[in-house]
Amino acid sequence: MRIFLIKRIFTLLLTLLVATLVVFVVLEILPGDPAAVMLGINAEPETLNALRAQLGLNRPVWVRYLHWVADLTTGNLGISYTYDVPVSELILSRITLSFPLALLAMTLSTLIAIPMGIMAASHHNKPMDFLVMSFSQMGIAIPNFWFAMLLTLLFSVTFRLLPAGGFAGWDAGILPAFKSLLLPTIALALPQAAILARVTRSALLEVLEEDFIRTARAKGVNNQGTLWKHALRNALIPVVTIMGLQFSFLLAGTIIIENVFYLPGIGRLIFQAISQRDLIVVKNLVVLLAGAVIMINFMVDLLYAAIDPRLRGGENV
Amino acid sequence: MSLLEVQDLSVSLKTAHGLQDVIHHINFSMDAGETLGIVGESGCGKSIFALALMSLLPTDSQTKGKIILEGQDVLGLNSTQICSIRGNRIGMIFQEPMTALNPVQKIGAQIGESIRLHLKFSRKQTLERVTELMDKVGLPISRFPLNLYPHQLSGGQRQRVMIAMAIACNPTILIADEPTTALDVTVQEQILDLIRDLADSSGMALIMISHDLGVIAQTTQRVMVMYTGNIVEMGDTVDVFQNMCHPYTHGLFSAIPHVSASTDSKRKRLTSIPGQVPELHNRPAGCNFADRCPRASHKCRKNEPPATRVSDHHRVWCYHPLHQFESK
Amino acid sequence: MFRTLAEILGHGLKNRSFVIGGMMSMLFFMVAFLSYFWTPYPVENINIAEKLLTPSSKYLLGTDHFGRDILSMLIKGAQNSIIVAFVAIGIGIGFGVPLGLTAAARKGWVDELIMRFNDLTFAFPALISAIMITAILGPGSVNSIIAIGIFNVPVFARVARGAALSIWKREFILAARSAGKGQFKISLEHVLPNIASMLIVQATIQFALGILAEAGLSYLGLGTQPPMPSWGKMLNEAQTFMYFAPQLAIYPGIAIALTVLGLNLFGDGLRDVLDPKLRRSR
Repeated sequence: MRIFLIKRIFTLLLTLLVATLVVFVVLEILPGDPAAVMLGINAEPETLNALRAQLGLNRPVWVRYLHWVADLTTGNLGISYTYDVPVSELILSRITLSFPLALLAMTLSTLIAIPMGIMAASHHNKPMDFLVMSFSQMGIAIPNFWFAMLLTLLFSVTFRLLPAGGFAGWDAGILPAFKSLLLPTIALALPQAAILARVTRSALLEVLEEDFIRTARAKGVNNQGTLWKHALRNALIPVVTIMGLQFSFLLAGTIIIENVFYLPGIGRLIFQAISQRDLIVVKNLVVLLAGAVIMINFMVDLLYAAIDPRLRGGENV
Repeated sequence: MSLLEVQDLSVSLKTAHGLQDVIHHINFSMDAGETLGIVGESGCGKSIFALALMSLLPTDSQTKGKIILEGQDVLGLNSTQICSIRGNRIGMIFQEPMTALNPVQKIGAQIGESIRLHLKFSRKQTLERVTELMDKVGLPISRFPLNLYPHQLSGGQRQRVMIAMAIACNPTILIADEPTTALDVTVQEQILDLIRDLADSSGMALIMISHDLGVIAQTTQRVMVMYTGNIVEMGDTVDVFQNMCHPYTHGLFSAIPHVSASTDSKRKRLTSIPGQVPELHNRPAGCNFADRCPRASHKCRKNEPPATRVSDHHRVWCYHPLHQFESK
Repeated sequence: MFRTLAEILGHGLKNRSFVIGGMMSMLFFMVAFLSYFWTPYPVENINIAEKLLTPSSKYLLGTDHFGRDILSMLIKGAQNSIIVAFVAIGIGIGFGVPLGLTAAARKGWVDELIMRFNDLTFAFPALISAIMITAILGPGSVNSIIAIGIFNVPVFARVARGAALSIWKREFILAARSAGKGQFKISLEHVLPNIASMLIVQATIQFALGILAEAGLSYLGLGTQPPMPSWGKMLNEAQTFMYFAPQLAIYPGIAIALTVLGLNLFGDGLRDVLDPKLRRSR
């Protein structure tokens, strides 16, 4: 078990390192002259030189890289060129919106999807199954930003129940804050739920075909017991994989949704940084997000081992 | 009253070609403590028969006839009643020990499940019983702690766990469906011995299903030979093996290779039954074996042969059995 | 192995998903093909005088804020979506399948390396890659193709590897190896044809995903640029006018949803037909 952990942690650190390398190469080396990208083609040579000096672009590449990685590990994410504020501050202020949003969406998605998947599998080929599959197909096909727009059209424009965008901030009170987050959460959660329900269903159906289910039935376990005590735990393995993968899709989704609803979150930050060509923010934010995804995948791996004893590398008798 | 009485059992399964008859009008009975073997090629319906006894057939299949276990028609029971019989009055061992156990559940829990379910023992009592069972099947818990997972055991060991699971509640019948086919030859003997000993010592009736005549010879008092869903010959094992009457049974025996150590030039060539088992949807009218039978006549292809009595406990379903004898 | 096209079609026509999805997808492709030669109105022309008209006999779906005919834009947008999604799949298959096949053939550290690289790429979903690329190179369809393509590579690598691994275990491969055939040849001549059906099914899925991704990128302004219409961009522009002209927001979304739905249904049906053994109980 210990060896398993050590191996995984080693892989984790390696992957994180490579991620920083990729981001660095793409955003600093590939464009040739980051300063020119940031200031545009028509910039004055003096301003360009000043920026180059400020960014330390005259140092050799590997020095810049190592410095940056060192900074990352200490939490120093640089200073935003546009706002002249530490990037970490920017992120901190935004994450109080994005993180709860992502969490809410993930929770809602799971709460909807897994029961639906279970119901569909236990009523296979009956109307309930068909219903769930239809919901799933539609949920997958509908782009989440369009769904968000439709929700806004319905609830904000027609019924005027909820705000169409913007975020009052947590200080304005829990209820108004939640009202601003409700539509975005639904818009984020439903497409994810559609995929998750489908995966849950097919994982369960596959497990229910396995030999050991027949053995359980031969022991006299009834349908309910077979489903909950035997099938579900085995089906969780592929389901948890997808949930882990979903995190990166959730991330991408947040970027879009925050733009639809004009929410001042991480997604919007990254977006604005691109329009403003603030490479420093982009660079550090992207590596942060990639790092988050990698960490989540790592934790999913650990969760695997908790669910599936075959992965723990126990001793054979 | 016999322990198990099967009356006119027919099973049809849903296939790509519609509903097909897999088992045809099977009749037999079995008393407590008896051992019955069912032998036949793959596809003859022996496994389906076992599943039918447990009511474990897929929901889109059709079963007709009666299966009377201890006086109750199993086929007429609702699902709750059936669940209380399975694992309790009948136990079953399956062919593939590698996949037949729940990979994420400890073996102690898997064995204990039916005990808790049917006998309603307390945790402590269950633990005692499980320990006892593990001992009985040759897996003492000093070497095989109950918190092991199936993947930590070998094939033979897993099969022993399955046996423990099947006999946990002292069933009156144990069905073993090809229990040793997937195991190494060296382990096969051990498992067969174990099953036979357990059946002997507890007075359990045993139904041993196999395509291997050797297995049948070792473990059963009576045997039933099946071909394409029909019983073609049935009787005491010794009797059938020595005085086989059905051409198919004879074919099965002739197909056993004999290893001869001598340089005798009279070493026999391997014989096999010519032709192939007819497909489910292509079964001919009359005797299903007629196309492959050296003794087949016009009569055979028209009607299915009825049972002919060879002796007190020996019947054959054939118009031209190998031994001439007094019929009726 | 491959059955004849006629056989596949024969089985397919009995499958509900295949038929419905197939028809929807065909409609989509035909519309896109048509747009090469003709659209009801040219999409480049800006005609402010006729802006924001509701559907009429002249403009079947109305006009947008620049006076462009929405129907024409939708039709042309189909072409755009196909091109982007298609090339992106090409990239995914072109790089991903060889990687997956190599990983399955070599195993050992090569396999580990490729798998780790795979995991890494999953950390950069299409959107994040697109963000990085557009931050440097600027927006455009080519860049969105690259971004989506990059994300397709690990998907195809993973599928190819998984399928190839199970083929390698089969007996006839052992026969080929005993006969002295090299890994490369075996992969090409034996493994590839056998995993082809899985790849095709995955390609249908990725194609649909590609369309969604392209729409998302265009919505954010990172993808296809005007004058080429893109469904995503149309939705983005529609958002500003949602209050007075909600229909602008509805049509492009329906187009995307129906196309993706059709492709997904077709992919599901195809999977059932091509490899019933592989069938995950529908």
